[in-house]
Amino acid sequence: MAPIVEIKNVSKSYRRGDRITPVLVDINLDIEEGEFLALMGPSGSGKSTLLNLIAALDQADSGTIEVGGIDITALSEGELAAWRAVNVGFIFQFYNLIPVLTAFENVELPLLLTHLPRKERRDHVAMVLQVVNLADRMDHYPGQLSGGEQQRVAIARAIVTDPVILVADEPTGDLDRKAAEEILGLMDRLNRESQKTIIMVTHDPRSAQKARIIRHLEKGYLNDVPTQAAH
Amino acid sequence: MFLLKLLIRNAFRHKLRTSLTLLSITIAILAFGLLRTFIGAWYAGAEASSAARLVTRNSISLIFSLPLSYKDKLRQIDGVKEVSWGNWFGGIYIEEKNFFANFAVEPRTYLDLYPEYVLPPDQRETFLRDRKSFAAGRKLAARFGWKIGDIVTLKGTIFPGNWEFVLRGIYRGRDENTDETQFFFHWDYLNETLKKIAPLRADQIGFYMIGVTRPDRAAEVALAIDRTFKNSLAETLTETEKAFQLSFISMSEAIIVAIQLVSFVIIIIIIAVAANTMSMTARVRIGEYAVFKTLGYRGLRIAGMIIGESMVISLIGGMIGIILTFPVAKVFGKILSAFFPIFNVPDGIIVMDLVACIIVGLTAAIVPTWRALRIRIADGLRRIG
Repeated sequence: MAPIVEIKNVSKSYRRGDRITPVLVDINLDIEEGEFLALMGPSGSGKSTLLNLIAALDQADSGTIEVGGIDITALSEGELAAWRAVNVGFIFQFYNLIPVLTAFENVELPLLLTHLPRKERRDHVAMVLQVVNLADRMDHYPGQLSGGEQQRVAIARAIVTDPVILVADEPTGDLDRKAAEEILGLMDRLNRESQKTIIMVTHDPRSAQKARIIRHLEKGYLNDVPTQAAH
Repeated sequence: MFLLKLLIRNAFRHKLRTSLTLLSITIAILAFGLLRTFIGAWYAGAEASSAARLVTRNSISLIFSLPLSYKDKLRQIDGVKEVSWGNWFGGIYIEEKNFFANFAVEPRTYLDLYPEYVLPPDQRETFLRDRKSFAAGRKLAARFGWKIGDIVTLKGTIFPGNWEFVLRGIYRGRDENTDETQFFFHWDYLNETLKKIAPLRADQIGFYMIGVTRPDRAAEVALAIDRTFKNSLAETLTETEKAFQLSFISMSEAIIVAIQLVSFVIIIIIIAVAANTMSMTARVRIGEYAVFKTLGYRGLRIAGMIIGESMVISLIGGMIGIILTFPVAKVFGKILSAFFPIFNVPDGIIVMDLVACIIVGLTAAIVPTWRALRIRIADGLRRIG
């Protein structure tokens, strides 16, 4: 079976004035469907940039990235927006919830881009909030929730459209240990029970241990041998 | 519905900032509305004038008179239906600050020519019969507390002396824009008195009011009148009542232009205030717009959020301003009634205010929208945390 994500010879650099800084150099990576991959590396190693490229939040300078058989490097900005809405669920370090919307409304946001009728939309939202165990806090605003709860809302928002891949950028970076464990447990459950493909960037080895495979980036190079997490 | 909810919640996220912006927009729209009302009041006389009436005056200037004898010649001109005449009296009631317009007119023909001045039949009858009587508009009578039968003395400025009149009629305006602050009395009373005290000034007319048979013949009749008196001792200038009124307004045109400019400057200032608010808002929320983009929201929707929020603030402020315009204009109208008998908020002002609000809302959102659309998602997300 073909991998769900195929990255071939991807390079990316940033330009600051006259200086060009390479961030990713000739990256090749395949991620199988249902995989839970942790991308590790020190600050500035390019792991978040790679995650952004996979999630079509940024564009590579060269190379190709295929997700679910679609070469996303060939899509226009408008096509990418539509593609992201359907295929990618995002979990950020700082949750990135909209503060003026309730937990329910935040989760409903991605569904507003679909043609689902209102009732079906509400049913979907209620169901995913149940999955993340926040059904009783659906009317709370982000400011009324703890960090862990906010991240669970963010996860609910990420999975409500049933995307092909889930990308998580330091999802536990802003949480205490207990809340972090809960979030990682939830991601693990989504991976095991719903076979969600998860790509997680982390610099925390304990978080990375929740993944099945760990890859290391070093100064923009991915030259390591895939490591099986020990759990 | 969801978008509207989001727009309103976002608009009131920073309550103090939004409240101050709303206050600025409200005051600006109120000021804009009042200035436009003020301009409208200036033109109210011209707007209320009839297309079927002409005014004939001395071609040299309004201060030069015309002979009374012209009235018979005027009646014979083809297209002339009715001829009335009058003089600006310029009397002062008690003191100068009590200014109001007062005329000596030929009352029967004058009332026929001005059906918009509605007198109760019994009052009309007694007014026409009593040569020392006068009729006053409802607002003028109310202003000084005059009642039917009251004796009012005007101190003449053009025609010296103290002139006593008895109030025999209080007229109401037929239309909303009819001037209800006029004071008119019998021209015969003035003329007969002048015959005694200043005979050289008797039988002289300030202006003739001509009623034409058909409004579409007004230009033709005006030409015929002026042709009739060409090369006479007192040549005439005949124009429509509207043109006659506008000739007065043109004397103060510079002030009106200045007021018009100020009204538009107010809109420009408020665009700057609203644009500043929206820029601050967009700068603070750039990360959120990046999140929306991440979720698959395209540029058009993001633009809709920013423009929508700007419109919400602008329209709420504008609506409050529009609602306040009416009572405030009423208060101004009372204060300025001596100078502006008609001080009604013009019909089109709501549309103008709304257009101004839309322009403010859209213009204020241009730069923030452009910035939000331009920012790359990765850069926007970096601004969070």
